[in-house]
Amino acid sequence: MSADPNAIPALRRATPRPSWRWPRRALGGIVPALLLGGVEIAVRAGWVNGHLLPAPSEVVQALLGLGASDVGGHVAASTLRVAAGFLIGALLALAVGALVGLSRLAEALLDPLFQALRAIPSLAWVPLLLLWLGIDEAPKITLIAIGAFFPVYMGTVAGIRDVDRKLVELARLYGLSGTVMARRVLLPAASPAVLTGLRNGLSLAWMFMVAAELIAATRGLGYLLTDGREMGRADLVFAAILLLAALGKLSDGLMQRWERHALAWRDSLGAQTK
Amino acid sequence: MNLLDIHVLSKRFGERLVLCDVSVQLRAGEVVSLVGASGCGKSTLLRIAARLDKDFAGWVRGDGGQGRGPDIGVVFQEPRLFPWLTVAQNVAFAAGAPANDPRALALLSEVGLAGHEQALSKQLSGGQAQRVAIARALYGEPRVLLLDEPFSAVDAFTRMKLQDLLAEVARRHAVTLLLVTHDIDEAVLLGDRVVVLGSEARGVVEEIPVDVPRPRDRRGASLTPARARVLDALHEAHAI
Repeated sequence: MSADPNAIPALRRATPRPSWRWPRRALGGIVPALLLGGVEIAVRAGWVNGHLLPAPSEVVQALLGLGASDVGGHVAASTLRVAAGFLIGALLALAVGALVGLSRLAEALLDPLFQALRAIPSLAWVPLLLLWLGIDEAPKITLIAIGAFFPVYMGTVAGIRDVDRKLVELARLYGLSGTVMARRVLLPAASPAVLTGLRNGLSLAWMFMVAAELIAATRGLGYLLTDGREMGRADLVFAAILLLAALGKLSDGLMQRWERHALAWRDSLGAQTK
Repeated sequence: MNLLDIHVLSKRFGERLVLCDVSVQLRAGEVVSLVGASGCGKSTLLRIAARLDKDFAGWVRGDGGQGRGPDIGVVFQEPRLFPWLTVAQNVAFAAGAPANDPRALALLSEVGLAGHEQALSKQLSGGQAQRVAIARALYGEPRVLLLDEPFSAVDAFTRMKLQDLLAEVARRHAVTLLLVTHDIDEAVLLGDRVVVLGSEARGVVEEIPVDVPRPRDRRGASLTPARARVLDALHEAHAI
């Protein structure tokens, strides 16, 4: 055998590393599968009341019973509301958050107000929005926008405040200030916190959507929940919950994918392992 | 004529007087090493020279006259690369960070980083990142380069290679250097003069010329007398 010192590293490089990606994903499905299986058995064996906790197979039947167009209609209505509310709330939060993060005066003027508004529960907004905006789409989208606003606002402000002082000092050395400094240094440096805020904002947008549709809606997953409750159909309620979970997970997965792509430059443990 | 004239009458951090009546002049084309014990105000003096710290009594003048000083490039102890930009974009940051700026590419080649233009800072070693920082400082064709302990965070072998690189680019670009360092060997190897700063705001204790022709041999004995004088000056000032 040759005494080439490069032989061992070369051999190591040639050996494929085991991929844990799929096994790890499969691990995440074990507990839900066991739970669903347990519930199915418990309901079929008569250990629990099927009217209160329907068997998973009955939930699937309920979904199939609604028909593809009906389910699609509910999903589309909710998704469009979330998309519109999230877009409005996130854009406003990015603008206001950047202003508060960059200006001490804006922080002194606005931040205490937003911190107080942030503490208001979603349902507390509903009567006011119904009074002001009626029962059409406007109050629902506004409520979702409120839900999306605060995480994005908090992320943007915190991101800008946490920018490495040394990078700002270096940029000043090159004569950067004001909006150019914000565009070229502060916002890119704050982007990890901003993207985390956007992900949290999207999550809250789905939650606020349910609150909005529980009150006054004729379509959407929140409406499906109310309908199921009023008709005493737990299978319908669970079907709606299942769809909400799936849509929430799907939208978060897309955001996560975007985050990973946009923050590929990060030298962090998360960037390596995700 | 002095290219840069730094005179600090006083500089305080709160109640603590850090620099008092310190005067350092840089003549065109020379390399001045600034040494002293930790906390004696070396880096503060460099930040004043770079106009990053304007809260002091005194003046920084360029070209021996009034008005703005000469164009200045700064290399810090840490590379301070913008992590979301590529290596080439970091070098051309002053020009808006274009992706393939010809001058940035040429500088990267000069500092031995050809082939790394599109790498991100996370893909670089400490020594490579500091090479990028040197290239970036040279991008604006400054007449003065201020370096604040630029090689203190790299291993001994990398430090030697970076010292050689710095001497070479300073010669090629005819740039004047003010090098803050705690490494006496480095100060003597690279400097035409070594300015010894005393602790507790005692100002400049001694200026020691290093009359050894370049290129210098770090293993030879020619630098020994200057090194001994710097050590004596530091001892005398109770700076170490």
